[in-house]
Amino acid sequence: MKLRSLAPILYILFLMLPIYWLVSMSFKTTNEILAGFSLFPQEFTLENYAAIFTDPSWYWGYINSTIYVTINTIISVSVALPAAYAFSRYRFMGDKHLFFWLLTNRMAPPAVFALPFFQLYSAVGLFDTHIAVALAHCLFNIPLAVWILEGFMSGVPKELDETAYVDGYSFRRFFFRIFMPNIKAGIGVAAFFCFMFSWVELLLAKTLTAVDAKPIAATMTKTASSAGYELGLLAAAGCLTIIPGAIVIYFVRNHIAKGFALGRV
Amino acid sequence: MKTSNPRAWFLVLPVILLVAFNALIPLMTVVNYSVQETFGDNLFFWHGIGWFQDVLGSERFHAALGRQFLFTGIILAIEVPLGVAIALSMPRSGPWVPICLILMAMPLLIPWNVVGAMWNIFTLPDIGLLGYTLNSILGIEYNMTQSPLAAWITIVAMDVWHWTSLVVLLAYAGLVSIPDAYYQAAKIDGASKFAVFRHIQLPKMKKVLTIAILLRFMDSFMIYTEPFVLTGGGPGNSTTLLSIDLVKVALGQFDLGPAAAMSLIYFAITLLVSWAFYTAMTKDDQN
Amino acid sequence: MARITLNNIRHSYLPNPKSDDDYALQRVHLDWDDGGAYALLGPSGCGKTTLLNIISGLLTPSEGQLLFDDQEMTSLEPDARNIAQVFQFPVIYDTMTVRENLSFPLRNRGVDEAAIATRVAEIATMLELDSMLDKKAAGLTPDNKQKISLGRGLVRDDVNVIMFDEPLTVIDPHLKWKLRSKLKELHQKVKRTMIYVTHDQTEALTFADQVVVMNFGQVLQVGTPIELFERPAHTFVGHFIGSPGMNVVPASVVDGQVQVAGQVIDTASDLTNLRQGSVEVGVRPEFVRFADAGIAGTVETVMDVGRHTVVKVRLEGIEQIINAIVDEGDSIPDGPVHLQFDAAQTRLYEDGWVVAETQG
Repeated sequence: MKLRSLAPILYILFLMLPIYWLVSMSFKTTNEILAGFSLFPQEFTLENYAAIFTDPSWYWGYINSTIYVTINTIISVSVALPAAYAFSRYRFMGDKHLFFWLLTNRMAPPAVFALPFFQLYSAVGLFDTHIAVALAHCLFNIPLAVWILEGFMSGVPKELDETAYVDGYSFRRFFFRIFMPNIKAGIGVAAFFCFMFSWVELLLAKTLTAVDAKPIAATMTKTASSAGYELGLLAAAGCLTIIPGAIVIYFVRNHIAKGFALGRV
Repeated sequence: MKTSNPRAWFLVLPVILLVAFNALIPLMTVVNYSVQETFGDNLFFWHGIGWFQDVLGSERFHAALGRQFLFTGIILAIEVPLGVAIALSMPRSGPWVPICLILMAMPLLIPWNVVGAMWNIFTLPDIGLLGYTLNSILGIEYNMTQSPLAAWITIVAMDVWHWTSLVVLLAYAGLVSIPDAYYQAAKIDGASKFAVFRHIQLPKMKKVLTIAILLRFMDSFMIYTEPFVLTGGGPGNSTTLLSIDLVKVALGQFDLGPAAAMSLIYFAITLLVSWAFYTAMTKDDQN
Repeated sequence: MARITLNNIRHSYLPNPKSDDDYALQRVHLDWDDGGAYALLGPSGCGKTTLLNIISGLLTPSEGQLLFDDQEMTSLEPDARNIAQVFQFPVIYDTMTVRENLSFPLRNRGVDEAAIATRVAEIATMLELDSMLDKKAAGLTPDNKQKISLGRGLVRDDVNVIMFDEPLTVIDPHLKWKLRSKLKELHQKVKRTMIYVTHDQTEALTFADQVVVMNFGQVLQVGTPIELFERPAHTFVGHFIGSPGMNVVPASVVDGQVQVAGQVIDTASDLTNLRQGSVEVGVRPEFVRFADAGIAGTVETVMDVGRHTVVKVRLEGIEQIINAIVDEGDSIPDGPVHLQFDAAQTRLYEDGWVVAETQG
């Protein structure tokens, strides 16, 4: 039993090493970094974090990312809900093809779409807005949300719907009052994945923004390319991008566990 | 079981509109570019399938495609067995499960360029934890800006670090959904550990593993940001994967026609492989 | 192949049980003969699954011993006990054919192929699975899948006991009786000890020679189906078995006589050793008759259930409903009526437990 638990422990250790290094680097001074290798920060400093929180071009990056990720998660989940319901409950013309077509959009490499996206969103006057990135990320998040939600909804017996209609519920009231509470876990899991994929994507987000809606990850590439002595700052910025993800995991951990228990992720 | 309801279309309509806006218009643009020649200034000429022929015949494309398949093949060969093995060795319940899951999900939630940057810092030969350990403590020469092999090992290690958890999480989800009765029956039947894996766990994980492999195939085939930040495709062209090459062509040289033709071929390959794999995996279920 | 003894077994899921309420299983002592067909009957949560898991080895009891033929089994692993189990939901190996499924337990034990082939063929014939031996097990109907799980137990000729955990749950109603009689027939053929766990009285009573009725973590009565019907040892047993179950009405003992709703009635019980607990009278609907005098009530509903009719009568004064069964063809009164209980089949229950009968 002890030997068996060694594998996950070693694996988690392997996952934590690069993260530790990033965190450790973020608390080092530039001098220390340039001076050479050190396992722990010798002169513990917060100046890298201070630099980020005092420079609007840095901290606005976080705000921008948070805004478009939130908008995207809300749009993706709310349009995916009725669609997933339709796929799980009804047959209609072209339903199977439609479902597969939706999934194929996850297969389109963002690199392929970068330039046309730029032209499209410039043409409709949305370039460099939060909504542009939020909409663009729908390309891969909506299919995913539909896929996950459909799985959860298929697990809810159809009798629930029928009973509610017999009891005189309208579709709208049934959906919001009865059905949605039943698939809370599914909504949690879908929202988690939408948040995750929107938060980590950079190529489209960078292509569609210039100044006003520029994501934090894009701000960082500026530093990364200049390399060398701003490593501490880069590390601090990187650490800060991990935090929202960690918070989201913490909040949805029970839903995810439940989603796993249903075996329908 | 499902009732036929043409009005269900209205429920799907918002999704179709949003995805179509994002998918069809850009795709049309790409198709449009792929059959035209431009000399700048928005002057376009009909070029037929010339660009497709050029791309399909070009050494450079073949090399990038080869590297791409090699990369995807390696990471699938490592991540899938490793992910399954870790999922198998995790406890089925208990206080450690959520902690394990949260820690394992961490890499999935880090922006892709931060992943690249993090591994860059981690592997710097003089001050990175891994680079320093290898070079100065273990005495193994390691510098990925010079050695293609080191660069390859690094991007593979990074991808394993980044994405194995996805396989673990999905495989684990499949494992915990197996009712206890199966394990009890196997015990009573005197089945060996391997027989339990072969005849109970693997078949029950088939569905989630299909999803995991499909996702890992699609995403690794499209990988761009992480290796771009980490190696920039170098040294030389040794780690120039398909999408890095594509962006070099499209944005670097602004050759819209070939870039568009390349995109479509690229998309078609992804689609074809995914479809073939999906059909093969779900064929048994139909019978 | 073995006699099973449960020696004062208690089990609690809590680490430090204090009161009796903390025990899911409260002191069970049972002896089961080799080759018998037994049923564990009780509502969900009564402790029957806990007991089953203790026998199969998935749980180790907090106290007590489990013996197979005087051999201590209490803390052995399931595979060391030589048992077989059929679960609530069919457990089969999806990747294998029916033949491979049936051979699996023998292969794992290193039996030689020729012996496996004969044994599997034999069992397949017995279970009527011959025609599908080379089909994938995954595609079969639930009843055939359950037969496969049973078959995996039967192929081994050394199993101590075969256990059934609500095996008919997922079987279509019209196939239930078929599989049920198949099980009974098999038991007579193979003469293995079989334990059948269920909450369905029909399944228990038709399958078993001896039925163990459980509730509240206790064994309430062990007996043949007839005994359970005619002499329920506890009001719960009377109530749970029979359709409708035994009538249980509050009663009082005044001057050595039993009174129900102010009327003195005769019972089979011996009243000499009564403690001062709350008493009830139990009588099955089959032994309630309409008469010119007796306990007064009003007919509420009349239900025709086939060969006989169930009449619900509301007793005067105590607002209690009593079921009476009237044979087909007999006249059914309506409005105000009087009831008589058959004294030989009417018993007094004290704190739920039956009071001993008058000797002679």
